[in-house]
Amino acid sequence: MGANHDDHHHAPDGRGRALRLGVGGPVGSGKTALVAALCRALGRTLSLGVVTNDIYTTEDADFLRRAGVLDEERILAVETGCCPHTAIRDDIAANLDAVETLEHRFGPLDLVIVESGGDNLTATFSRGLADRQIFVLDVSGGDKVPRKGGPGVTTSDLLVVNKTDLAPLVGADLDVMARDARTVRGERPVLFTSIRQEPTAAAVATWVSDQVHAWSHDHAVPVS
Amino acid sequence: MNPALLLLTDSRLPAGGHAHSGGAERAIASGAVRDVPSLEAFLRGRLHTTGTATAALTAAVCAEAASAEPRWAALDAEVDARTASPAQREASTTQGRLLLRVARRVWPSPVLDGLARATPSPHHPLALGVAAHAAGATPGEAALAAAYHAVSGAATAAVRLLGLDPVAVHGLLADLAPDLAAVAAQAGLAAGAAGWEALPAGSAPALDLIAEQHAQAAVRLFVS
Repeated sequence: MGANHDDHHHAPDGRGRALRLGVGGPVGSGKTALVAALCRALGRTLSLGVVTNDIYTTEDADFLRRAGVLDEERILAVETGCCPHTAIRDDIAANLDAVETLEHRFGPLDLVIVESGGDNLTATFSRGLADRQIFVLDVSGGDKVPRKGGPGVTTSDLLVVNKTDLAPLVGADLDVMARDARTVRGERPVLFTSIRQEPTAAAVATWVSDQVHAWSHDHAVPVS
Repeated sequence: MNPALLLLTDSRLPAGGHAHSGGAERAIASGAVRDVPSLEAFLRGRLHTTGTATAALTAAVCAEAASAEPRWAALDAEVDARTASPAQREASTTQGRLLLRVARRVWPSPVLDGLARATPSPHHPLALGVAAHAAGATPGEAALAAAYHAVSGAATAAVRLLGLDPVAVHGLLADLAPDLAAVAAQAGLAAGAAGWEALPAGSAPALDLIAEQHAQAAVRLFVS
Protein backbone atom coordinates (compact mmCIF):
# COMPACT_ATOMS: atom_id res chain seq x y z
CA MET A 1 0.00 0.00 0.00
CA GLY A 2 1.12 3.55 -0.62
CA ALA A 3 4.01 3.19 -3.04
CA ASN A 4 1.95 3.35 -6.21
CA HIS A 5 0.95 6.84 -7.31
CA ASP A 6 -2.36 5.62 -8.73
CA ASP A 7 -3.20 4.13 -5.37
CA HIS A 8 -5.53 6.53 -3.53
CA HIS A 9 -5.82 4.56 -0.32
CA HIS A 10 -3.98 6.22 2.56
CA ALA A 11 -1.89 4.31 5.05
CA PRO A 12 -3.54 4.24 8.47
CA ASP A 13 -0.69 6.01 10.33
CA GLY A 14 -1.69 9.46 9.04
CA ARG A 15 1.72 10.49 7.70
CA GLY A 16 1.74 13.07 4.92
CA ARG A 17 -1.96 13.83 5.01
CA ALA A 18 -4.24 16.54 6.35
CA LEU A 19 -5.64 16.65 9.86
CA ARG A 20 -9.18 15.23 9.86
CA LEU A 21 -11.51 17.12 12.19
CA GLY A 22 -14.94 15.75 13.09
CA VAL A 23 -17.72 18.19 14.01
CA GLY A 24 -20.65 16.46 15.70
CA GLY A 25 -23.60 17.30 17.91
CA PRO A 26 -27.38 17.31 18.12
CA VAL A 27 -29.71 18.62 15.41
CA GLY A 28 -29.82 22.41 15.24
CA SER A 29 -26.91 23.09 17.60
CA GLY A 30 -24.98 24.97 14.92
CA LYS A 31 -22.60 22.42 13.40
CA THR A 32 -22.97 23.73 9.86
CA ALA A 33 -22.72 27.34 11.06
CA LEU A 34 -19.50 26.43 12.90
CA VAL A 35 -18.06 24.73 9.81
CA ALA A 36 -18.88 27.85 7.78
CA ALA A 37 -17.24 30.02 10.47
CA LEU A 38 -14.08 27.89 10.39
CA CYS A 39 -13.93 28.15 6.59
CA ARG A 40 -14.26 31.95 6.86
CA ALA A 41 -11.60 32.19 9.55
CA LEU A 42 -9.08 29.67 8.17
CA GLY A 43 -9.80 29.46 4.43
CA ARG A 44 -7.25 32.11 3.48
CA THR A 45 -4.31 30.58 5.31
CA LEU A 46 -5.07 26.84 5.13
CA SER A 47 -6.01 24.52 2.27
CA LEU A 48 -9.39 23.09 3.31
CA GLY A 49 -11.89 20.40 2.36
CA VAL A 50 -15.30 19.69 3.88
CA VAL A 51 -17.39 16.50 3.96
CA THR A 52 -21.02 16.71 5.13
CA ASN A 53 -23.26 13.86 6.28
CA ASP A 54 -26.88 14.78 5.70
CA ILE A 55 -29.92 12.86 6.76
CA TYR A 56 -31.81 13.85 3.62
CA THR A 57 -30.14 14.77 0.33
CA THR A 58 -27.39 17.40 0.48
CA GLU A 59 -28.88 20.25 2.48
CA ASP A 60 -25.86 21.06 4.65
CA ALA A 61 -23.50 20.88 1.69
CA ASP A 62 -25.82 23.20 -0.26
CA PHE A 63 -25.93 25.63 2.68
CA LEU A 64 -22.14 25.79 2.76
CA ARG A 65 -21.92 26.20 -1.00
CA ARG A 66 -24.46 29.05 -0.92
CA ALA A 67 -22.59 30.68 1.98
CA GLY A 68 -19.66 31.03 -0.43
CA VAL A 69 -17.09 30.31 2.26
CA LEU A 70 -15.21 27.71 0.21
CA ASP A 71 -14.95 26.66 -3.44
CA GLU A 72 -17.95 24.43 -3.94
CA GLU A 73 -15.90 21.60 -5.44
CA ARG A 74 -14.15 21.31 -2.07
CA ILE A 75 -17.41 20.33 -0.35
CA LEU A 76 -18.60 16.72 -0.70
CA ALA A 77 -21.83 15.26 0.68
CA VAL A 78 -22.14 11.69 1.94
CA GLU A 79 -25.53 9.96 2.14
CA THR A 80 -25.99 7.85 5.24
CA GLY A 81 -28.90 5.46 4.60
CA CYS A 82 -31.04 6.53 7.57
CA CYS A 83 -28.16 6.08 10.03
CA PRO A 84 -25.95 9.17 10.41
CA HIS A 85 -24.11 7.79 13.44
CA THR A 86 -23.25 4.56 11.58
CA ALA A 87 -21.50 6.55 8.86
CA ILE A 88 -19.16 8.33 11.31
CA ARG A 89 -18.57 5.58 13.85
CA ASP A 90 -19.27 1.98 12.77
CA ASP A 91 -18.96 1.99 8.99
CA ILE A 92 -16.79 4.94 8.03
CA ALA A 93 -16.03 3.71 4.49
CA ALA A 94 -18.04 6.32 2.56
CA ASN A 95 -16.61 9.17 4.65
CA LEU A 96 -13.03 7.93 4.24
CA ASP A 97 -13.67 7.66 0.52
CA ALA A 98 -14.91 11.27 0.39
CA VAL A 99 -11.94 12.54 2.44
CA GLU A 100 -9.45 10.73 0.22
CA THR A 101 -11.23 11.97 -2.90
CA LEU A 102 -10.79 15.58 -1.71
CA GLU A 103 -7.12 14.99 -0.89
CA HIS A 104 -6.58 13.38 -4.27
CA ARG A 105 -8.28 16.22 -6.17
CA PHE A 106 -7.02 19.23 -4.22
CA GLY A 107 -4.15 17.91 -2.09
CA PRO A 108 -2.01 18.46 -0.29
CA LEU A 109 -4.64 19.77 2.13
CA ASP A 110 -4.03 21.09 5.64
CA LEU A 111 -7.43 20.32 7.11
CA VAL A 112 -10.47 18.22 6.18
CA ILE A 113 -13.57 18.92 8.26
CA VAL A 114 -16.13 16.09 8.47
CA GLU A 115 -19.50 17.31 9.72
CA SER A 116 -21.80 14.63 11.11
CA GLY A 117 -25.52 14.47 10.52
CA GLY A 118 -27.52 15.78 13.46
CA ASP A 119 -27.75 12.96 15.94
CA ASN A 120 -28.00 12.40 19.67
CA LEU A 121 -25.59 12.70 22.60
CA THR A 122 -24.15 9.21 22.05
CA ALA A 123 -22.83 9.86 18.52
CA THR A 124 -19.07 10.25 18.24
CA PHE A 125 -16.55 9.89 15.44
CA SER A 126 -14.42 6.80 15.00
CA ARG A 127 -10.72 7.47 15.54
CA GLY A 128 -10.29 5.76 12.18
CA LEU A 129 -12.07 8.71 10.55
CA ALA A 130 -11.38 11.80 12.71
CA ASP A 131 -8.04 12.66 14.32
CA ARG A 132 -9.70 15.33 16.47
CA GLN A 133 -13.35 16.01 17.18
CA ILE A 134 -15.48 18.92 18.27
CA PHE A 135 -18.87 18.37 19.86
CA VAL A 136 -21.33 21.25 19.47
CA LEU A 137 -24.17 21.89 21.92
CA ASP A 138 -26.40 24.93 22.16
CA VAL A 139 -27.83 26.61 25.23
CA SER A 140 -31.43 26.17 24.08
CA GLY A 141 -31.16 22.42 24.60
CA GLY A 142 -31.11 23.27 28.32
CA ASP A 143 -28.27 23.92 30.73
CA LYS A 144 -28.50 20.33 32.05
CA VAL A 145 -27.03 18.83 28.86
CA PRO A 146 -23.33 18.98 29.90
CA ARG A 147 -24.26 17.28 33.20
CA LYS A 148 -26.04 14.47 31.35
CA GLY A 149 -22.78 13.67 29.62
CA GLY A 150 -22.63 11.05 26.87
CA PRO A 151 -19.47 10.31 24.91
CA GLY A 152 -19.70 13.42 22.72
CA VAL A 153 -19.78 15.75 25.73
CA THR A 154 -17.26 13.84 27.85
CA THR A 155 -14.65 12.63 25.34
CA SER A 156 -14.58 15.15 22.48
CA ASP A 157 -11.33 17.08 22.13
CA LEU A 158 -13.23 20.37 22.26
CA LEU A 159 -16.76 21.07 23.52
CA VAL A 160 -18.40 24.11 21.96
CA VAL A 161 -21.50 25.59 23.59
CA ASN A 162 -23.15 27.74 20.93
CA LYS A 163 -25.98 30.32 20.84
CA THR A 164 -24.92 31.99 24.10
CA ASP A 165 -26.93 35.03 22.95
CA LEU A 166 -30.08 32.98 23.60
CA ALA A 167 -29.15 32.08 27.20
CA PRO A 168 -31.25 34.80 28.89
CA LEU A 169 -34.23 33.96 26.67
CA VAL A 170 -34.27 30.24 27.46
CA GLY A 171 -33.21 30.55 31.10
CA ALA A 172 -29.88 28.77 30.63
CA ASP A 173 -27.16 29.46 33.18
CA LEU A 174 -23.79 29.51 31.39
CA ASP A 175 -21.89 29.25 34.68
CA VAL A 176 -23.73 26.03 35.46
CA MET A 177 -22.93 24.66 32.01
CA ALA A 178 -19.24 25.56 32.38
CA ARG A 179 -19.03 24.01 35.85
CA ASP A 180 -20.82 20.80 34.82
CA ALA A 181 -18.71 20.47 31.67
CA ARG A 182 -15.55 20.79 33.75
CA THR A 183 -16.82 18.09 36.10
CA VAL A 184 -17.39 15.53 33.31
CA ARG A 185 -14.51 16.63 31.03
CA GLY A 186 -11.69 17.37 33.44
CA GLU A 187 -9.00 19.38 31.64
CA ARG A 188 -10.50 19.05 28.15
CA PRO A 189 -11.36 22.50 26.79
CA VAL A 190 -14.82 24.08 26.52
CA LEU A 191 -15.55 27.22 24.50
CA PHE A 192 -18.72 29.34 24.52
CA THR A 193 -19.74 30.95 21.23
CA SER A 194 -22.45 32.89 19.52
CA ILE A 195 -21.76 32.33 15.86
CA ARG A 196 -24.68 34.60 14.96
CA GLN A 197 -22.97 37.50 16.74
CA GLU A 198 -19.41 36.49 15.84
CA PRO A 199 -19.40 34.75 12.42
CA THR A 200 -15.74 33.68 12.49
CA ALA A 201 -15.89 31.94 15.91
CA ALA A 202 -12.38 33.22 16.57
CA ALA A 203 -11.65 31.23 19.72
CA VAL A 204 -12.65 27.94 18.06
CA ALA A 205 -10.71 28.83 14.92
CA THR A 206 -7.58 29.46 17.01
CA TRP A 207 -7.97 26.08 18.71
CA VAL A 208 -8.38 24.35 15.31
CA SER A 209 -5.41 26.22 13.85
CA ASP A 210 -3.23 25.08 16.77
CA GLN A 211 -4.34 21.48 16.18
CA VAL A 212 -3.49 21.71 12.47
CA HIS A 213 0.01 23.02 13.18
CA ALA A 214 0.68 20.38 15.81
CA TRP A 215 -0.57 17.66 13.43
CA SER A 216 1.53 18.75 10.47
CA HIS A 217 4.59 18.94 12.75
CA ASP A 218 4.05 15.40 14.07
CA HIS A 219 2.95 13.78 10.79
CA ALA A 220 5.32 15.22 8.20
CA VAL A 221 6.53 12.74 5.59
CA PRO A 222 10.03 11.67 6.63
CA VAL A 223 12.75 13.05 4.35
CA SER A 224 14.52 10.12 2.75
CA MET B 1 -17.55 -23.23 4.96
CA ASN B 2 -14.70 -20.74 5.30
CA PRO B 3 -15.34 -18.57 8.41
CA ALA B 4 -14.08 -15.50 6.50
CA LEU B 5 -17.31 -15.74 4.51
CA LEU B 6 -19.19 -14.77 7.69
CA LEU B 7 -17.17 -11.54 7.89
CA LEU B 8 -17.68 -10.77 4.20
CA THR B 9 -21.46 -11.16 4.44
CA ASP B 10 -21.93 -9.47 7.83
CA SER B 11 -23.87 -6.23 7.49
CA ARG B 12 -21.46 -4.79 10.08
CA LEU B 13 -18.53 -5.12 7.67
CA PRO B 14 -17.43 -1.46 7.46
CA ALA B 15 -17.54 -1.25 3.66
CA GLY B 16 -20.33 1.28 3.16
CA GLY B 17 -23.11 -1.18 2.35
CA HIS B 18 -25.44 0.28 4.98
CA ALA B 19 -26.06 3.36 2.82
CA HIS B 20 -27.38 1.37 -0.19
CA SER B 21 -30.89 -0.06 -0.46
CA GLY B 22 -30.57 -2.02 -3.72
CA GLY B 23 -33.51 -0.14 -5.20
CA ALA B 24 -35.72 -0.76 -2.16
CA GLU B 25 -36.07 2.93 -1.25
CA ARG B 26 -37.45 3.87 -4.67
CA ALA B 27 -39.57 0.70 -4.85
CA ILE B 28 -41.11 1.74 -1.53
CA ALA B 29 -41.60 5.32 -2.71
CA SER B 30 -43.44 4.02 -5.79
CA GLY B 31 -45.71 1.81 -3.70
CA ALA B 32 -44.42 -1.43 -5.23
CA VAL B 33 -43.00 -2.53 -1.87
CA ARG B 34 -45.27 -1.75 1.10
CA ASP B 35 -45.31 -4.78 3.40
CA VAL B 36 -43.61 -8.12 4.03
CA PRO B 37 -45.27 -10.05 1.14
CA SER B 38 -44.45 -7.35 -1.43
CA LEU B 39 -40.90 -7.18 -0.03
CA GLU B 40 -40.62 -10.93 -0.52
CA ALA B 41 -41.61 -10.61 -4.18
CA PHE B 42 -39.09 -7.80 -4.62
CA LEU B 43 -36.27 -9.81 -3.04
CA ARG B 44 -37.07 -12.95 -5.06
CA GLY B 45 -37.08 -10.90 -8.24
CA ARG B 46 -33.79 -9.28 -7.29
CA LEU B 47 -32.14 -12.60 -6.45
CA HIS B 48 -33.20 -14.36 -9.66
CA THR B 49 -32.22 -11.52 -12.00
CA THR B 50 -29.34 -9.26 -11.03
CA GLY B 51 -28.48 -11.50 -8.05
CA THR B 52 -27.94 -14.52 -10.29
CA ALA B 53 -25.74 -12.54 -12.68
CA THR B 54 -23.62 -10.97 -9.92
CA ALA B 55 -23.20 -14.32 -8.13
CA ALA B 56 -21.84 -15.93 -11.32
CA LEU B 57 -19.56 -12.95 -12.00
CA THR B 58 -18.26 -13.02 -8.42
CA ALA B 59 -17.49 -16.75 -8.72
CA ALA B 60 -15.66 -16.17 -12.01
CA VAL B 61 -13.63 -13.34 -10.42
CA CYS B 62 -12.73 -15.51 -7.42
CA ALA B 63 -11.52 -18.26 -9.78
CA GLU B 64 -9.56 -15.78 -11.90
CA ALA B 65 -7.82 -14.42 -8.79
CA ALA B 66 -5.87 -17.69 -8.60
CA SER B 67 -4.31 -17.17 -12.03
CA ALA B 68 -0.85 -15.66 -12.52
CA GLU B 69 -2.04 -12.68 -14.56
CA PRO B 70 -5.69 -11.99 -13.80
CA ARG B 71 -7.60 -10.23 -16.60
CA TRP B 72 -9.37 -7.65 -14.44
CA ALA B 73 -10.24 -5.19 -17.21
CA ALA B 74 -12.03 -7.90 -19.20
CA LEU B 75 -14.01 -9.07 -16.18
CA ASP B 76 -14.91 -5.50 -15.21
CA ALA B 77 -16.21 -5.05 -18.75
CA GLU B 78 -18.33 -8.21 -18.36
CA VAL B 79 -19.98 -6.59 -15.30
CA ASP B 80 -20.47 -3.34 -17.22
CA ALA B 81 -22.14 -5.24 -20.04
CA ARG B 82 -24.62 -6.77 -17.58
CA THR B 83 -25.40 -3.47 -15.82
CA ALA B 84 -27.59 -1.37 -18.09
CA SER B 85 -28.35 1.49 -15.72
CA PRO B 86 -25.58 4.09 -15.27
CA ALA B 87 -26.82 4.71 -11.70
CA GLN B 88 -26.42 1.02 -10.91
CA ARG B 89 -22.93 1.01 -12.42
CA GLU B 90 -22.05 3.93 -10.19
CA ALA B 91 -23.51 2.20 -7.10
CA SER B 92 -21.57 -0.96 -7.97
CA THR B 93 -18.21 0.74 -8.51
CA THR B 94 -18.63 2.88 -5.38
CA GLN B 95 -19.34 -0.18 -3.26
CA GLY B 96 -16.51 -2.04 -4.99
CA ARG B 97 -14.02 0.73 -4.19
CA LEU B 98 -15.10 0.84 -0.54
CA LEU B 99 -14.97 -2.94 -0.15
CA LEU B 100 -11.54 -3.06 -1.79
CA ARG B 101 -10.22 -0.52 0.73
CA VAL B 102 -11.49 -2.61 3.65
CA ALA B 103 -10.32 -5.93 2.18
CA ARG B 104 -6.77 -4.65 1.61
CA ARG B 105 -6.42 -3.88 5.31
CA VAL B 106 -8.24 -6.97 6.60
CA TRP B 107 -6.76 -9.56 4.20
CA PRO B 108 -3.57 -7.93 2.82
CA SER B 109 -2.48 -9.71 -0.35
CA PRO B 110 -0.73 -9.00 -3.67
CA VAL B 111 -3.84 -9.96 -5.63
CA LEU B 112 -5.92 -7.22 -3.92
CA ASP B 113 -3.11 -4.70 -4.51
CA GLY B 114 -3.05 -5.81 -8.15
CA LEU B 115 -6.80 -5.22 -8.50
CA ALA B 116 -6.43 -1.72 -6.96
CA ARG B 117 -3.69 -0.89 -9.48
CA ALA B 118 -5.63 -2.27 -12.45
CA THR B 119 -8.91 -0.62 -11.51
CA PRO B 120 -9.10 1.64 -8.42
CA SER B 121 -12.93 1.57 -8.55
CA PRO B 122 -13.80 -2.00 -9.57
CA HIS B 123 -17.37 -3.25 -9.79
CA HIS B 124 -18.56 -4.81 -6.56
CA PRO B 125 -18.39 -8.42 -7.87
CA LEU B 126 -14.67 -7.90 -8.62
CA ALA B 127 -13.90 -6.56 -5.15
CA LEU B 128 -15.99 -9.27 -3.50
CA GLY B 129 -14.58 -12.12 -5.60
CA VAL B 130 -10.96 -11.09 -5.02
CA ALA B 131 -11.56 -10.39 -1.32
CA ALA B 132 -13.11 -13.85 -0.99
CA HIS B 133 -10.05 -15.39 -2.68
CA ALA B 134 -7.68 -13.40 -0.45
CA ALA B 135 -9.61 -14.61 2.59
CA GLY B 136 -9.28 -18.21 1.45
CA ALA B 137 -12.84 -18.81 0.19
CA THR B 138 -13.80 -20.83 -2.89
CA PRO B 139 -15.62 -19.47 -5.98
CA GLY B 140 -18.82 -21.22 -4.85
CA GLU B 141 -18.57 -19.57 -1.44
CA ALA B 142 -17.91 -16.19 -3.08
CA ALA B 143 -21.05 -16.69 -5.16
CA LEU B 144 -23.06 -17.45 -2.02
CA ALA B 145 -21.81 -14.21 -0.45
CA ALA B 146 -22.83 -12.30 -3.60
CA ALA B 147 -26.29 -13.88 -3.65
CA TYR B 148 -26.83 -13.03 0.02
CA HIS B 149 -25.58 -9.49 -0.59
CA ALA B 150 -28.17 -9.15 -3.38
CA VAL B 151 -31.05 -9.53 -0.89
CA SER B 152 -29.77 -8.61 2.58
CA GLY B 153 -29.13 -4.90 2.00
CA ALA B 154 -32.53 -4.32 0.42
CA ALA B 155 -34.23 -6.23 3.26
CA THR B 156 -32.52 -4.11 5.95
CA ALA B 157 -33.38 -0.91 4.10
CA ALA B 158 -37.06 -1.93 3.99
CA VAL B 159 -37.03 -2.52 7.76
CA ARG B 160 -35.69 1.00 8.30
CA LEU B 161 -37.93 2.74 5.78
CA LEU B 162 -41.24 0.97 6.41
CA GLY B 163 -40.79 0.04 10.06
CA LEU B 164 -41.46 -3.60 9.16
CA ASP B 165 -41.18 -6.24 11.87
CA PRO B 166 -37.46 -7.14 11.68
CA VAL B 167 -38.17 -10.70 12.83
CA ALA B 168 -40.66 -11.21 10.00
CA VAL B 169 -38.09 -9.90 7.50
CA HIS B 170 -35.40 -12.21 8.86
CA GLY B 171 -37.89 -15.08 8.55
CA LEU B 172 -38.26 -14.08 4.93
CA LEU B 173 -34.48 -14.19 4.43
CA ALA B 174 -34.40 -17.63 6.06
CA ASP B 175 -37.10 -18.80 3.63
CA LEU B 176 -34.86 -17.64 0.78
CA ALA B 177 -31.97 -19.85 1.96
CA PRO B 178 -32.66 -22.72 -0.50
CA ASP B 179 -32.83 -20.20 -3.36
CA LEU B 180 -29.52 -18.67 -2.25
CA ALA B 181 -27.90 -22.10 -2.25
CA ALA B 182 -29.32 -22.90 -5.71
CA VAL B 183 -28.17 -19.58 -7.18
CA ALA B 184 -24.68 -20.06 -5.71
CA ALA B 185 -24.40 -23.62 -7.02
CA GLN B 186 -25.53 -22.55 -10.48
CA ALA B 187 -23.05 -19.65 -10.36
CA GLY B 188 -20.19 -21.97 -9.44
CA LEU B 189 -21.00 -24.20 -12.42
CA ALA B 190 -21.32 -21.28 -14.82
CA ALA B 191 -18.02 -19.77 -13.66
CA GLY B 192 -16.26 -23.08 -14.21
CA ALA B 193 -17.50 -23.41 -17.80
CA ALA B 194 -15.64 -21.95 -20.76
CA GLY B 195 -16.11 -18.30 -21.74
CA TRP B 196 -17.13 -15.37 -19.53
CA GLU B 197 -19.49 -14.14 -22.25
CA ALA B 198 -21.71 -17.16 -21.49
CA LEU B 199 -22.12 -16.19 -17.80
CA PRO B 200 -25.71 -15.47 -16.74
CA ALA B 201 -26.89 -12.03 -17.84
CA GLY B 202 -30.33 -11.80 -16.28
CA SER B 203 -31.54 -8.30 -15.62
CA ALA B 204 -34.68 -6.62 -14.34
CA PRO B 205 -35.78 -3.57 -16.35
CA ALA B 206 -37.85 -2.36 -13.39
CA LEU B 207 -34.72 -2.32 -11.18
CA ASP B 208 -32.80 -0.43 -13.89
CA LEU B 209 -35.62 2.10 -14.15
CA ILE B 210 -36.02 2.74 -10.42
CA ALA B 211 -32.23 3.03 -10.05
CA GLU B 212 -32.30 5.90 -12.57
CA GLN B 213 -35.33 7.49 -10.90
CA HIS B 214 -33.63 7.24 -7.52
CA ALA B 215 -30.46 8.92 -8.76
CA GLN B 216 -32.55 11.92 -9.84
CA ALA B 217 -34.81 12.05 -6.78
CA ALA B 218 -34.67 15.32 -4.85
CA VAL B 219 -35.14 13.58 -1.52
CA ARG B 220 -33.52 10.29 -0.59
CA LEU B 221 -31.96 8.57 2.39
CA PHE B 222 -29.98 5.86 0.61
CA VAL B 223 -27.36 6.31 -2.09
CA SER B 224 -28.99 3.68 -4.30
